[in-house]
Amino acid sequence: MQLLLIILSSGLFLGWLLGSKDTVNLFGSSVSSQMLDIRKAALIAGIFVVLGAVFHGSATTQTVHELGNVTDPMIAFLIALVAAMVVLLLIKIKLAVSTSQTVVGAILGWVVFSTGSLNLSRVSEFLVAWIMAPVAGIIISALLFILFRWTIRRSKIHMLQLDAWSRVGLIAGIALSAFGLGANNIGNIAGVFYHFSPDIQLSFGLFTVNGLQFLSLLGAVAITAGLVTYSYRAYSSPGKRDVLSLMPETAIVVLFSQAIVLFLFSSAWFRNLVTGSGIPWFQLVPVSSTQIVIGAVLGIGLVKGAREIDNRTLAGMGIGWITAPLSAGVLMYMLLFLLNRVFGLPLQREVPYLATPLADGPRTFNMIVPGLAVLTILVFTVFVYLIFRQQKARLKMEKDLLIQQNQLYHSQKAMYEMEMRTISVENEALNTKLNVKRKEFMDIALNINEQRLFLEKLSATVNDINNTTDGAKRSEMLNDMALYIKQRMSFSRETKEFYMRVEDIHKDFHLKLKSSYPNLTEFEKRLAGLLRLNLSTKEMAALLNISPKSVEVARYRLKKKLQLSKDQALHDFISNL
Amino acid sequence: MFNFKHAKKSIELIEAFLTLMDEGCLIFKDGVKNYLFGNRSSFEDNLKTLANIASEADIKKREIENILYTQSLMPELRADILKLLEELNNILELAKANLFEFDVEVPFIPSELNQDLTKLTELSVLSIDSLIPATRVFFRDPESVKEHLHRVYLYEKETDKLALSIKRRVFQDMPNIKLSEKIHLRYFTLHIELLSDKAQDAADVLSIMAIKRSI
Repeated sequence: MQLLLIILSSGLFLGWLLGSKDTVNLFGSSVSSQMLDIRKAALIAGIFVVLGAVFHGSATTQTVHELGNVTDPMIAFLIALVAAMVVLLLIKIKLAVSTSQTVVGAILGWVVFSTGSLNLSRVSEFLVAWIMAPVAGIIISALLFILFRWTIRRSKIHMLQLDAWSRVGLIAGIALSAFGLGANNIGNIAGVFYHFSPDIQLSFGLFTVNGLQFLSLLGAVAITAGLVTYSYRAYSSPGKRDVLSLMPETAIVVLFSQAIVLFLFSSAWFRNLVTGSGIPWFQLVPVSSTQIVIGAVLGIGLVKGAREIDNRTLAGMGIGWITAPLSAGVLMYMLLFLLNRVFGLPLQREVPYLATPLADGPRTFNMIVPGLAVLTILVFTVFVYLIFRQQKARLKMEKDLLIQQNQLYHSQKAMYEMEMRTISVENEALNTKLNVKRKEFMDIALNINEQRLFLEKLSATVNDINNTTDGAKRSEMLNDMALYIKQRMSFSRETKEFYMRVEDIHKDFHLKLKSSYPNLTEFEKRLAGLLRLNLSTKEMAALLNISPKSVEVARYRLKKKLQLSKDQALHDFISNL
Repeated sequence: MFNFKHAKKSIELIEAFLTLMDEGCLIFKDGVKNYLFGNRSSFEDNLKTLANIASEADIKKREIENILYTQSLMPELRADILKLLEELNNILELAKANLFEFDVEVPFIPSELNQDLTKLTELSVLSIDSLIPATRVFFRDPESVKEHLHRVYLYEKETDKLALSIKRRVFQDMPNIKLSEKIHLRYFTLHIELLSDKAQDAADVLSIMAIKRSI
């Protein structure tokens, strides 16, 4: 078993290389057009590559095996190794390379070395298949595209519905072309190891897996490993997407064309069907999926009247048909020559089979119970994963909702606080206003009372004067009354209140006046306040209880005290203060 | 995974949005006519209806935007689709703003201009009317969008011509009205004319999208 694994190691490496190089064609365009999630696309591609390789890969494996009929484990190891090296080398020097062509080249190197001749008709079968694969890609994709376009135009389907259907088409296309890739390209990996397939048969109840299929399964796992470890990662990282950017509809046509061509070159059933009716058919050989994709895109371009592939790519493909097999063949021949002539290793075409087959046929293992167990575990794991994912999504949603509610709560709280502050400020203003009004009412009441007392006193004095007969006393009483009325006319309390109000309204002005000119008297401040109100000299005289002439004099003094020049008007100065 | 449900919902929303556009155009036309012929109460009704339609269309547009982005529908075209819907929505907003300007500024319009201004409004609205079926067709048959779009360009050109003739008439053949009123009239003529210009902008976007979409 260990020996088998060592022999297979180069093949597995070749499989990994194939997976990392060619599988990007399967999901690249679907993912680059953002129609599918890369994980889903890679998962579908991986599953169907394995299914195609295991259940439909025997024909190409058989063809590759028949070409070299490799029975020596070291030769098989070397062929796979040389093919892998050549693929790596040609990729490094940026030349188009097909794994199938390098594998076949390496086998031919071995054949030439061991037999000294080359079966040209056999080789031409391969060459024809390689050339026909992209040509078939062109024809099939052109026809499919015409049909597809005609159907879409005729159906007049809504663009958004078409988008949803495109996703279905892309998934089906990925699955079918992955199946085709697995079925066709597994020949490259398993073909040279055909002789070393274990002589076993695994029965899973519904189907059985023989030794060759088991070998194909290993190869397919290597291809999938290449897909997961390189292709998927390279594609996931931005800036490294080196695939054709296609419209989803075009991508579907390319995928289906690829699937059909790969099927045509790997299905023994279809070949038998065609040859059975007398029509010659191609040899079922591994072909390059990348070249089929190029052909398919070219076919679509021909229908659309636009060239989507440049000459360099086409030339590269043409050169690849020669360089890849030739370089692999020459390298293989040189290596064998070196090993044989220099190191004297015995290399011959026919050697006994490594694992001696049992006389009573392959050993059969009943895999129903282990298979069911694995299936159950798988289903259970998927179930747990889905529940876990749903739970995670639910928790995230709840957390988001909570954050949202929290934010809402905080903003509402802030808003309420602001409203409360506004209300309290308003209340304060209203309270102040109420106090002022209350004071005003009190003042009015006191004033009424005072007026009443004054009038009562006046009425009593008038009565006394009426009752007095003495002329001199009467005249004295009249004089007293006149003086009393004049005193009363000074309106001291009202005037005081008036000035208080004026000061209150022009608070800033009075503060400024006080700070700038601290030596002003109370009278001068009042005069300045009245000037600020823009009152006339007469009005000021009445309020100050002095004559207009005195007001003029007071104004003059104030002007001097404020140190104003002759040109400066007092009124303007006060107004602008 | 395949988004059939969201696709259906988006289609319904786009249809509803275009219907609102259609209704909005009719209301605008009616509103201008009512203003010109002094039916103030009907004009105010038109104004309210158009404001409601514009706000509803805005909501629909946002819903479409939300579905297209969150469900990753039409990844290669959604930016263009949203741009187109934005352009259409802008037309509706402009129509609403125009009617509000009539309401706020109450322009003096001489009765001899009523017929011309009515025709100008009709032509301008016709260019939008032709844009709506073109948009509908784009979603189902992008190849034939061009067959519908030429009408938009034609009506836009006609609107421009008529607007120019109205402005010329106002400034050269109407000596009795004040310069301020003339400028005011030019301003309102320009605003009605702008609707067809916006329709032309949307038609440009649509025609590029149709080319991109053609398979």
